[in-house]
Amino acid sequence: MAANPMSQFDVYRIGPEIKVGAFDISFTNASLFMILSTVSILLIFNLGSKKNSILPNKIQLLAELSYTFVSKMISDTAGSKAKPYFAFIFSLFMFVLFCNMFGMIPYTFTVTSHIIVTFVLAAFIFIGVTVIGFIKHGFGYLKLFVPSGVPAVLLPLIVIIEIISYLSRPISLSVRLFANMMAGHTMMKVFGGFVISLGIVGGWLPLSFSVALTGLEILVAFLQAYVFAILTCIYLNDALNLHH
Amino acid sequence: MVKKIYFQSIFFSFFFIKEAFAAESGGMPQLNPEFWVSQIFWLILTFGIMYLVLSKLILPKISNNLESRKSQILENIEAAEKQREDSDAKLKEYDEIISKSKDEANSIFNQAREKALKDIGAKREVLDKQIDSEIAEAEKEIDALRKNAPDKINKIAIETSSELLQKLIGAEVNNSSISAIVDDLSKRNGDKYYGN
Repeated sequence: MAANPMSQFDVYRIGPEIKVGAFDISFTNASLFMILSTVSILLIFNLGSKKNSILPNKIQLLAELSYTFVSKMISDTAGSKAKPYFAFIFSLFMFVLFCNMFGMIPYTFTVTSHIIVTFVLAAFIFIGVTVIGFIKHGFGYLKLFVPSGVPAVLLPLIVIIEIISYLSRPISLSVRLFANMMAGHTMMKVFGGFVISLGIVGGWLPLSFSVALTGLEILVAFLQAYVFAILTCIYLNDALNLHH
Repeated sequence: MVKKIYFQSIFFSFFFIKEAFAAESGGMPQLNPEFWVSQIFWLILTFGIMYLVLSKLILPKISNNLESRKSQILENIEAAEKQREDSDAKLKEYDEIISKSKDEANSIFNQAREKALKDIGAKREVLDKQIDSEIAEAEKEIDALRKNAPDKINKIAIETSSELLQKLIGAEVNNSSISAIVDDLSKRNGDKYYGN
């Protein structure tokens, strides 16, 4: 009667199996929603940047507000040195936001609810930030693990903790987004299942929960994209402006 | 009765859900590595293309639009400021012209007044002179009249007295003797009448 709440995360092949060497790169529903997200982002921002009127129309206003929102977020957290990475963080924020929001539409697939996707993004950010840090500061970047003003006795312990926390960044970054998305959608599915199984008599309570959860999940979808982008900015800030 | 059915249905439905979930439960599809490579490949492809298009084509345009709007607004503000300054200067100029013309009008008025006063003075002088000369003439006439008056009075007195005497006495009286008497009398009384 009620479908498995995890079945919404199933990835399945659309069209034929494509293999490159030993790797299966078939077009799946995940690929479909990645393409949908990127195409809608490009469409909206292309429309929003086409005309340059002094009084912007709605779509232009949307594009420009997003631009200034992300640009302010970057300059607030990582300073003016992070300007060259604006395009990447903007793309990242928009990609995660659109993938999350597409997932809110019933019968769609949430790309960001898969650990492999968020982990690849987080790992790319982690490697990129580390490379930038070493380019900017050389081996001085290792000072990041040695906070100033720590008693010498505690220093070895602190350094170990710092290294572990640094290395766990990609994991925490990816798991945060993936777990939030998965938990939210699973919960919605479970409550949706309750509506069906309790029927016309008892279904109203889980239905109202489901409605409330939808609002909450839209908020979470935005918030997690924001958190993902702002954490990237903070990591970038560590690499660009060494504080320790 | 209805209440009882309601709660029973809720109670039983939980059993159904439990069974349904138990029957269909599998693992997390996220941990099934079957499509990991495909997802990584499509992620890199779509994200990469989107990043390239956004960073090379769209974002520069948006920033350009924002900049041009900013600069245009600043330009407009500057132009407005300039126009305000211009209008201020023109207002000053206008005020100056007005005050200048006021001064001019005042001076013209003063000049005209002075001229009028001068004219009036000149005319008055002429009139005064005329009046003076007329007065002098009149005085002369009066003097002449005054001088002639005693002689005429004497003559009248002589004639009157001679006629009187003729009527009273019936004889002709020598005029010369009468005139001598009248002259004598008038000389004596002349001071009393005329106050000379």
